[in-house]
Amino acid sequence: MASLKEVKRQIGGVKKTSQITKAMNMVAAAKLRGAQQKMEAFRPYTAKFNAAMGNLSGNMEAGQFPLMETREVKTVELLVITSDRGLCGSFNANIMKTAEKLAAKLEKEGKKVSYVCVGKKAARYFRKSGKIRQTFVDIMSTFQMFNARTIAQDVAANFIAGNADEVHLVYSRFKSVAIQRPESEPLLPVRPLVETGGEAQKNVVADYIYEPSPTEIMEVLLPLYLNVMVYHAMLEVGASEHAARMTAMDNATKACKDIISRLTRLYNKARQSGITAELMDIVGGAEALKG
Amino acid sequence: MAEKIRLEVVTPRGAVIQKDVDIVTAPGYAGDFGVLANHAPLLSTIKTGVLVYKVDNADEFVMVSGGFCEVSNNKITFLVEAADRGAEIDVERALRAKERAEKRLAQAQQKTEQINIVRAEAALQRSLARVKAARR
Repeated sequence: MASLKEVKRQIGGVKKTSQITKAMNMVAAAKLRGAQQKMEAFRPYTAKFNAAMGNLSGNMEAGQFPLMETREVKTVELLVITSDRGLCGSFNANIMKTAEKLAAKLEKEGKKVSYVCVGKKAARYFRKSGKIRQTFVDIMSTFQMFNARTIAQDVAANFIAGNADEVHLVYSRFKSVAIQRPESEPLLPVRPLVETGGEAQKNVVADYIYEPSPTEIMEVLLPLYLNVMVYHAMLEVGASEHAARMTAMDNATKACKDIISRLTRLYNKARQSGITAELMDIVGGAEALKG
Repeated sequence: MAEKIRLEVVTPRGAVIQKDVDIVTAPGYAGDFGVLANHAPLLSTIKTGVLVYKVDNADEFVMVSGGFCEVSNNKITFLVEAADRGAEIDVERALRAKERAEKRLAQAQQKTEQINIVRAEAALQRSLARVKAARR
């Protein structure tokens, strides 16, 4: 049986751990609220943006824009977005697993795969694969459109230069606080949006006055569209990260509680047996004196 | 003016303005243009500049930075990267930003760093527009 002192020290240690995990849980909860608010605020922008894009691309041939050009796919780039920090359960691992699976599938088809990593976790994980083209780290804690733009520009330039024939986005979608699902979706070439707004929009397409010409607007809009996509993915990952951390830390706090109650029982048992032993000694001593 | 047009300014951080207004003057790609109620459907890119709208004969100024706007169904929607109402702009801060951008621009021109120039120029334009929107 472990000594009394030893068990007591262990209880103290676990208690301190649970204090930390509990605090982290609360911090994650607060940050999650912030991230969710940002996502909420961004939603009308994306909705309107997609509607306008749908409007435009309805009467546009895809071939004339470098960002929409479909080529024979030989090289594929995966834009993997993870968090900068760990301690959030299997969250980052899930994203990376999805990315690797996709990469394996693509390589099987004889395509070359390269990575662009956003977030420290992805950068560290894929470093040994030697396929990283570019990394962006330490930007996930502050959501800035500006960061998304840098990433989007980099990826777009690489695509236009012909170094990648297709770009996929791998990130985690925020379904709810309990569910975050790793997902991948094609980013480049940009496919014309197929009637997001339904019938009503289809009818007004032809009536629009375009200032300047539709083609020129499209040229401005396409890079913006990439920004929006990347920014959106970053927001989703951000919210997912905090939600995942909340759950992970909640579980950790619960586990701490279990350990503490087990150790306390152990401690009491040890104390009890100690008292019993001492009593036996005293009784034994008294008996001997009597005799 | 009886008839009004619905003005919406939306940025990635949320909607900044949702109002029924009399007239909107926007910094379009080819110059400023005005939009009244029942305007024909329009799609235009927007430069960094000052958007003016009029409600009850009072002009209001808003700084907007790059994006585009859409007019349809008597509604004008601006999708821009940033938007600040004139009344809420901190002029001191905008002026400081302007000086910073100018300094950086001067530096960048010596060293010829491409990205720096583009960014500094955008920053300069934004700060100028802010000052303009706030001063009026």
